[in-house]
Amino acid sequence: MRLEAVSKSYSHRGRMVAALDDASLEITPGDFVAVVGPSGSGKSTLLLVLGGMLSPSAGQVFLNGRSLYDLSPNARADMRRKKIGFVFQTFNLVPYLTALENVQIPLFLAGLDEATQKQRATALLERVGLGDRLDHKPPELSIGEQQRVALARVLANDPEIILADEPTGNLDPETGQQILDLLAEMNREGRTVVMVTHDPRAAARAKRTLRLQAGRIMPTTN
Amino acid sequence: MHLRKLVWREMFERKNQLATSFLAILLGIAVVVSIKNITFYSEKAVAAQLDALGANVLVLPKSVSLQDYYSADMQNDEFPEEYVNRLALSDLQGLDNLSPKLSVPVKLKDRGFTLTGILPKSEFQAKAMWAGAGIFSRPAEGCGTVADVPGAFRPEAKEMLVRQRVIEDLTDTEALIGADVAAILGTKEGDRLDVLGRSFTVTAVLPQTGTVDDSRIFAHLHTVQELAGKGPVINAIEIVGCCKEISGGLVQKINKLLPDAKVVTVTQVVDTQVKTNGMMARLSLIFLGIIVLVGGASIANYMYANVFERRREIGTLMALGAGSAVILKMFLLKALLLGLAGGICGYILGTVLAVALGPRLAGIPVLPMPMLVLWAVGISVAIALAASYFPARRAARLDPCATLQEM
Ligand SMILES: Nc1ncnc2c1ncn2[C@@H]1O[C@H](COP(=O)(O)OP(=O)(O)O)[C@@H](O)[C@H]1O
Ligand SMILES: [Mg+2]
Repeated sequence: MRLEAVSKSYSHRGRMVAALDDASLEITPGDFVAVVGPSGSGKSTLLLVLGGMLSPSAGQVFLNGRSLYDLSPNARADMRRKKIGFVFQTFNLVPYLTALENVQIPLFLAGLDEATQKQRATALLERVGLGDRLDHKPPELSIGEQQRVALARVLANDPEIILADEPTGNLDPETGQQILDLLAEMNREGRTVVMVTHDPRAAARAKRTLRLQAGRIMPTTN
Repeated sequence: MHLRKLVWREMFERKNQLATSFLAILLGIAVVVSIKNITFYSEKAVAAQLDALGANVLVLPKSVSLQDYYSADMQNDEFPEEYVNRLALSDLQGLDNLSPKLSVPVKLKDRGFTLTGILPKSEFQAKAMWAGAGIFSRPAEGCGTVADVPGAFRPEAKEMLVRQRVIEDLTDTEALIGADVAAILGTKEGDRLDVLGRSFTVTAVLPQTGTVDDSRIFAHLHTVQELAGKGPVINAIEIVGCCKEISGGLVQKINKLLPDAKVVTVTQVVDTQVKTNGMMARLSLIFLGIIVLVGGASIANYMYANVFERRREIGTLMALGAGSAVILKMFLLKALLLGLAGGICGYILGTVLAVALGPRLAGIPVLPMPMLVLWAVGISVAIALAASYFPARRAARLDPCATLQEM
């Protein structure tokens, strides 16, 4: 995955705000990158640009050698479905669906039949330790359990790349630890993980740390 | 998990928000279904009444009045038989039966009777076929409809002649006689009867009607013309017209086609009912307009709110790889389900209302009409889909980022 001179600015109340400023970056497969920086420094923007969700104002993003934003929006959606998994700070589970059904969503989008969907989703929920919570809806789950459902959902389509935006931001240290363990495990399986975090202890779990400041990538320290 | 289940779950979890739109469409459809249902049976009742009267439109020579016709049934004035062809081969809708008649006075055993020439239905059918499409091949609208009676002289055939002036077959040596004629002359079915020097076989004695028909002898029109020495003329065409077309100006149209004849209706008896039916039809149109507007606006409003409320969910689905087509389908499928439910429930409620209120409001028995369910569902689904199209498109075009970034 490669960013080449990417800039992204938002117009806010008539003024242009630069969220990313001439960012270049190479992430090799199997890497585990922590992205840190003060609030408003462009971390979320970087993740969305990497995930094919937000087209940059300038520059290019390559995934497996293909320029993401030269694809049509629907082709990009396909790319996301097959290769990229998002984990959000607020989990973004679909509130009216059960844990099992939430995990089934990517499988349904991939066109798998109901039986396969159920079987795979059950296995994934068991893997994150929620085998006994299949039929619970998000409001009936603890926050840590909700984030684990979100992780199971991310794994459903076996993505190469996992992009996590402050995945432990809303969790207490102990449940946060469980999530970090799971992310590290996914990385060991060979998936690339890019994780935005405020927590130095979380960043320490990564192979390397990337510091953002006012939309610029600072020289790496380790 | 599939799209249908996803949509269904969302609707079911938040049914309270759906309730208003659902009620709007349900009530609208129910009202129109019940009006349509009652109107249908009311029209049927009118048709039955007209049926009992026999013909309801008469074509007469200019000089003859309706009064003359019914009291005396005898005029000296005539018009060409060709008028029948003009009607039969025209594209006028709503003509169910045409029966041309020529009546001449005859004396039998010193008593005066009327020899009336009529044209059997088989001859019209031949004409109609010859013309490619004719009067009897038009779809009858359930109004004074003629049932086919094969084999002319079954009891029903007599009944038909008496009430609807239609007979399937009649050869030029056959005659049918009224009850009075039979009584006075002592003639029975199968007997021979000499009229104006021609010998007829009496194929049927008609039941008593209490009208001038009781002293008639019916024979083939062309035979009567020949015996009277008058050439191809007639003095009346009795028509069973459909009540709907009559109120829609059938008389004026016939008048235009036959400018030298006089066209009169005998619908006064059922006039108010015909008017009520017309009013009901207009009313159901107005209500249809109201449901399209109110139901449609309510659904569109609900859908926009729903899309706005679910923008985060939509963004999430897109992040998980849903293309815009999936999102569009998701909302249109929801509209389809809403429309289906509104249509079916509206049909049921409307039918219950019609069956319960019909006898009280219109004084007629009303039965459920399964055909209306198609109509109800069609309209309801069309409204729901049309009203949801723009909200659904907005959802499909949402910027997933904007929906995920805002907190
Ligand atoms: N949709 C948006 N519209 C306008 N400005 C935005 C939008 N999203 C982010 N920004 C601005 O861009 C900058 C970077 O935002 P973000 O990437 O969310 O930072 P971080 O995740 O590091 O807190 C901030 O100044 C923020 O206010
Ligand atoms: Mg952020």
